[in-house]
Amino acid sequence: MAVSKVVLAKLSPTMEEGTIVKWTKKEGDPVKQGDVLAEIETDKANMEMEAQGSGVLRKILVPAGGKAPVGSLIGVIAEPNEDISKMVASAAPAAPAQPQQQQQQAPPPPAAQPAAAAPALQPAAAARPAAAPPPAIGPRPVPAPAAAEGSRVKASPLARSMAAQRNIPLDAVAGSGPNGRIIKRDIESWAGAPTGAPARSSAAPAPAGPTITPGQEIPVSNIRRVIAKRLAESMFTAPHFYVTVDVDMDAAVALRDQLQRGEDVKVTYNDLVVKACAKALTRFPMVNASWAGDKIVTHGEVHVGIAVTIPDGLITPVVRNADRKSVLDISREVKDLATRARERKLKPEEFTGSTFTISNLGMFGVTEFTAIINPPESAILAVGAVQRVAVVDEDDSVRPGHRMKVTLSSDHRVVDGAMAAQFLGEVRRLLENPVSLFV
Amino acid sequence: MAVLTMRDALNQAMKEEMARDPSVFILGEEVGAYQGAYKVTQGLLAQFGEWRVRDTPIAEEVIAGVAVGAAFIGLRPIAEMMTFNFSLLALDMIINHAAKYRYMSGGQVRCPMVMRGPSGAAAQVAAQHSQAFESIYAYVPGLVVAMPSTPKDAKGMLKSAIRDDNPVIFMENEVLYNLKGEVPEEEYHIPLGLADVKRPGKEVTIVAWSRPCITALAAATKLAEEGIDAEVVDPRTLRPLDEDVIFDSVRKTGRCVVVEEGWRIAGFGAEISDRVQRECFDALDAPVIRVTSEDVPMPYAKTLEKAYLPQPEKIIEAVHRVMYR
Repeated sequence: MAVSKVVLAKLSPTMEEGTIVKWTKKEGDPVKQGDVLAEIETDKANMEMEAQGSGVLRKILVPAGGKAPVGSLIGVIAEPNEDISKMVASAAPAAPAQPQQQQQQAPPPPAAQPAAAAPALQPAAAARPAAAPPPAIGPRPVPAPAAAEGSRVKASPLARSMAAQRNIPLDAVAGSGPNGRIIKRDIESWAGAPTGAPARSSAAPAPAGPTITPGQEIPVSNIRRVIAKRLAESMFTAPHFYVTVDVDMDAAVALRDQLQRGEDVKVTYNDLVVKACAKALTRFPMVNASWAGDKIVTHGEVHVGIAVTIPDGLITPVVRNADRKSVLDISREVKDLATRARERKLKPEEFTGSTFTISNLGMFGVTEFTAIINPPESAILAVGAVQRVAVVDEDDSVRPGHRMKVTLSSDHRVVDGAMAAQFLGEVRRLLENPVSLFV
Repeated sequence: MAVLTMRDALNQAMKEEMARDPSVFILGEEVGAYQGAYKVTQGLLAQFGEWRVRDTPIAEEVIAGVAVGAAFIGLRPIAEMMTFNFSLLALDMIINHAAKYRYMSGGQVRCPMVMRGPSGAAAQVAAQHSQAFESIYAYVPGLVVAMPSTPKDAKGMLKSAIRDDNPVIFMENEVLYNLKGEVPEEEYHIPLGLADVKRPGKEVTIVAWSRPCITALAAATKLAEEGIDAEVVDPRTLRPLDEDVIFDSVRKTGRCVVVEEGWRIAGFGAEISDRVQRECFDALDAPVIRVTSEDVPMPYAKTLEKAYLPQPEKIIEAVHRVMYR
């Protein structure tokens, strides 16, 4: 049987490199084609990588914790006695194993509202309204992180394996053992920090932040690196402009109450916004398009991405063909996607391929904001909170009403101001006549 | 179950095996008329007669040599060393003959003998009479080295040793002869090469055998008072060593202290420490730490004797170190 290479597979469309979270087979283990070989952290999620050949996993070239570019040789499968020295020698120098970059945080506390309401944190909202929580109170004074010494991270073998399991970057952990050695209790107290923080009373599902100590250098996770790269690229290449409208939400509020009281069906305002955008996009195909250098590609199908905050970043699960789905179906789907997104259990096809994105910070009390376009899309809608305001009617009388501000960021290479205004007008019309979302 | 001293448990083991198998006999200094220097062979002369309980001259090489020869021709001798300090005189018989012939004869000749007696320190018997020599014997392929720490283990293991077809170095401890413990009344054996968890715990593994195992249990009791849950593993047999029980324990606790009465350098605890660091590397939260006797000849002075030996305080200190307390 031929020697077969284990190369790092491209596990997501935007993946350029991956971190080997763990090998599920050891050197010397028999392997059948299709067996899961390793768990790989891609730019978006942790994925399983399968063996492309059968034999014995003879060599692991990039150990757990190591990074490798897509397509590089990370292991060799061969018969037990086969000579693999040439292939091993041909491998690029293995990326050194390095501590896991991904910061692990406790899952956010369960939202008081249905999860579908969990509006997504959006990259543009760089200043997150949820400030980092106070540093957790550790059991003992915490010395400086081991990495600050500028030398090799000292950690007990047990602490190393615990950190790898929990995706804790060792160089962000302060060691309390001799000479700053990181020991079991340091990992335990590090991991336990967020849950040890005082419980939040706010209904807002604020994500628990990492424990931050002054002067700490936080290694950049894959997700954060991708966010940084893609959004900087978007902001600095796509000329953004912003159009805001104020939507009368009285009818939507009434409809939502009716559904909840009368039918015991809960939908969120965000679900209504998703449906309204999807419908509007079918009427404005240029908003549902992409700039492709020398041409503009219209997508035809309407796939709406919803930005969801997850530990250390955000991800945009996609409601496919949202224009053809009912509000209730969208509501169920968003809830499921958001839940699994926070657990980092989305499959790549569930967070890629969106043609338009919605970001909602209403649950943080944000009234309006602007978002950065999620490339290669042409527009993103930033949704604020539904507010009770004094409304001046046409007869000059003042009454209490509900208003919601939405801001469309558009790529001026594709969308012009008038089109953005017309699209937003359509979104507003649909939200102000919400029954139209159900037909 | 009956409560017996270790002395009586050992006595029962020999009595039962001699009654069962006429090829079993005892030889040694003062094992017969004097009933044994430590009274372990008490009553056996009266029961089995001079032919099977033989007093010998004060000549350890002769005792061992007779035992080896008798074993070669099919008997099952139990050679008593008054203490293992004197067994140094018999080393050639044990190492060059007892341990070798089964191998060198291609299995044609076996050496089913037991050499037993007290090893280690007693109370103020000074440098020449207080030595722990298990490391010397455990070093030699072809020997079995057994060291019980309780009356039950002593009886069950000595019966297994007498029936074993290999030369068994069976090391008792003078200080433990009066240790009482429950011993089953029915027939039972404890196979050689089987470790025992003497005290289950979750946070740290203490490996100790013979008298230091009792010391370790005392240390574990004190550690429990300060909230540290120690597991005490008694290997019971050093060669062959039941390493799996030790590894399982260390993989559970993540910390290991090895205690022995021998000296530190090349002591058997170093062998255990070596295997643990290699096989349990990823489970360890701290280096393996050893507690041994001090690296000097045993002093005569009572205070210095105490300072020389592994004491509960030294074990507790070692546990604190592996737990970073």
